[in-house]
Amino acid sequence: MVYDWLKGLQDGAINPLGISGPFLLALLKVLLLIIPILTLVPGLIWWERRLLSWMQDRIGPNRTGTITFPDNFPLKALAGKKIRTFGLLQPIADGLKLFLKEDITPSHVDRKIYFIAPAIALFPAFALGGTLPWGPHTGIYGLLTPVANIEIGILYVLAISSLGAYGVVLAGYASNNKYSLMGGLRASAQLISYELGMAMAVAAVVMAAGSMKLTSLVEAQEAPLWGFVEGVQNWFIFTPYGLVAAVVFLIAMIAETNRAPFDLPEAENELIAGYHTEYSSMKFAVFFMGEYAAMFVFSGVFAVLFLGGYNMMPFQWDVLANQIPAMRGFFEFMASANYWLAPLTFIVKCAAGITFFIWLRATLPRLRYDQLMNLGWKTLLPVGVANFIVVGLWVVLTKIWGPVGGFVSLLVAMVFLAVLYLNFVSRTRAEAIGLQSRKIALVDPAPSQRRGITLVDPNKS
Amino acid sequence: MSFEVLRDVAKPIIAGFGITARRLASEKVTIQYPEERREQFVRTRWRHVLTRYDSGLERCIGCSLCAGACPARCIYVQAAENTNEDRRSPGERYAERYEINMLRCIFCGYCQEACPTGAIVLRKDFELANYEREDFIYTKEMLLEPIRR
Repeated sequence: MVYDWLKGLQDGAINPLGISGPFLLALLKVLLLIIPILTLVPGLIWWERRLLSWMQDRIGPNRTGTITFPDNFPLKALAGKKIRTFGLLQPIADGLKLFLKEDITPSHVDRKIYFIAPAIALFPAFALGGTLPWGPHTGIYGLLTPVANIEIGILYVLAISSLGAYGVVLAGYASNNKYSLMGGLRASAQLISYELGMAMAVAAVVMAAGSMKLTSLVEAQEAPLWGFVEGVQNWFIFTPYGLVAAVVFLIAMIAETNRAPFDLPEAENELIAGYHTEYSSMKFAVFFMGEYAAMFVFSGVFAVLFLGGYNMMPFQWDVLANQIPAMRGFFEFMASANYWLAPLTFIVKCAAGITFFIWLRATLPRLRYDQLMNLGWKTLLPVGVANFIVVGLWVVLTKIWGPVGGFVSLLVAMVFLAVLYLNFVSRTRAEAIGLQSRKIALVDPAPSQRRGITLVDPNKS
Repeated sequence: MSFEVLRDVAKPIIAGFGITARRLASEKVTIQYPEERREQFVRTRWRHVLTRYDSGLERCIGCSLCAGACPARCIYVQAAENTNEDRRSPGERYAERYEINMLRCIFCGYCQEACPTGAIVLRKDFELANYEREDFIYTKEMLLEPIRR
């Protein structure tokens, strides 16, 4: 029934509201994208604070929203009870606080740019979300998602994600603060460097799938694994080239969203708060929201590119149902569950990506600037390019020798290249360490001259 | 040789993830304050208490040495004579009024050191917040220990 109504809207049927059908459908699509992102961002902030706390042996915000009923409460069932929300309302309270705070504009800022920068920082996240398919392309979900199924989808993703740098750079430039400016400069350098590695990782996947459309990329992952294992889906993270591309993309993705350990633009112990030092009240909240929305959407992009998009488990249920007729009913049930739970699956995959983001933040310290540049230019870009070439070879060899031969030769090539690469890096690294290491005498050279103090020689023990 | 990068770079990073993940199960150090309270140290100096002897008599003999020792000048003692009909303390005199201005007190514990009979002591009750300035002047009735039975 809902399907017929939506189909009617798409075909331009007159609806009781008197708005043209396709317009109403487009509005519905946009709302179905924006509202989940906007409602999940506070939950995301809460999850980050709680998980980070747990990993640091703390408890985190767990009080806000707890309602304690007095003992003489009229409703007997509730008297003396507590309704706990585990602090879920903390981000809402924080947002409210930011709303009510004074909005300070420092003197001598570049007013127009200063005001528009938070908006520029927020918009790419939502613009990116427009291409994400959060449900299958058939039936009711096919009419609702994605908002715009454009042919050059992944190019659009890359282009819009680099626009995010503008918000940061302009905020730093307009703030009339040297720390902010340094944060903005760092952000621009970092984003330009990591854009390349990310593009190479994406290019490998695009070449393997043969399409830039995000929906086609997901469909390519529903094919048999490695081209010949029937019954298992070819999620790109299970393929050797896809695994390499996924690691490169993941690192570049963290750098693109300015998250720890790549949070140099806001490095709070170096630059106070970097590009948003001079922002207060709601403008700061918009930066904050943009960052978290970008995390959410980038996790979605990662899920679409490497984790099979909206598919729950990497199995081809219809193929399995034909292969094993004894369990046909179960497989058909799983296929329909896979179809109907698609949005939930997608959100769970996004949440898994975000959890990884937070886990990473809890684990790794921030990179130094030269380390950041080294990683981007000397590691991610060459690895991405090599991976791209290998995928090209694999595509050609598959056409000549068939899927099995192509896969075996791909595997051989990957192992060979990996050993070669590790060998090379180990050698250059050893040389670099040899150059850098200097002997620093931490021990007093003549301990006997110092009265009454015996120093332990660390070299002897 | 060739896997030094894996050993020196990749392995520590992955090990780091293990370390942070293991912290999830470890005991949290946070004290949920109003419900849970941290055990105070033995010699913590917080709220003053005027103690009694086991017989129920007040230790304080109204000598004002605590007021003299107080660097913040926040103690006021007014002494009165004990009589056989109304005996408050074993000595000649007792404190008729004993007031401490908690807003001025710096919790140095000099009063406790100065007291010859061990009457004024600083105990572990640290929740001293209040709403009115007048409520911070602690009178003798507030400071005096109840009679133990």
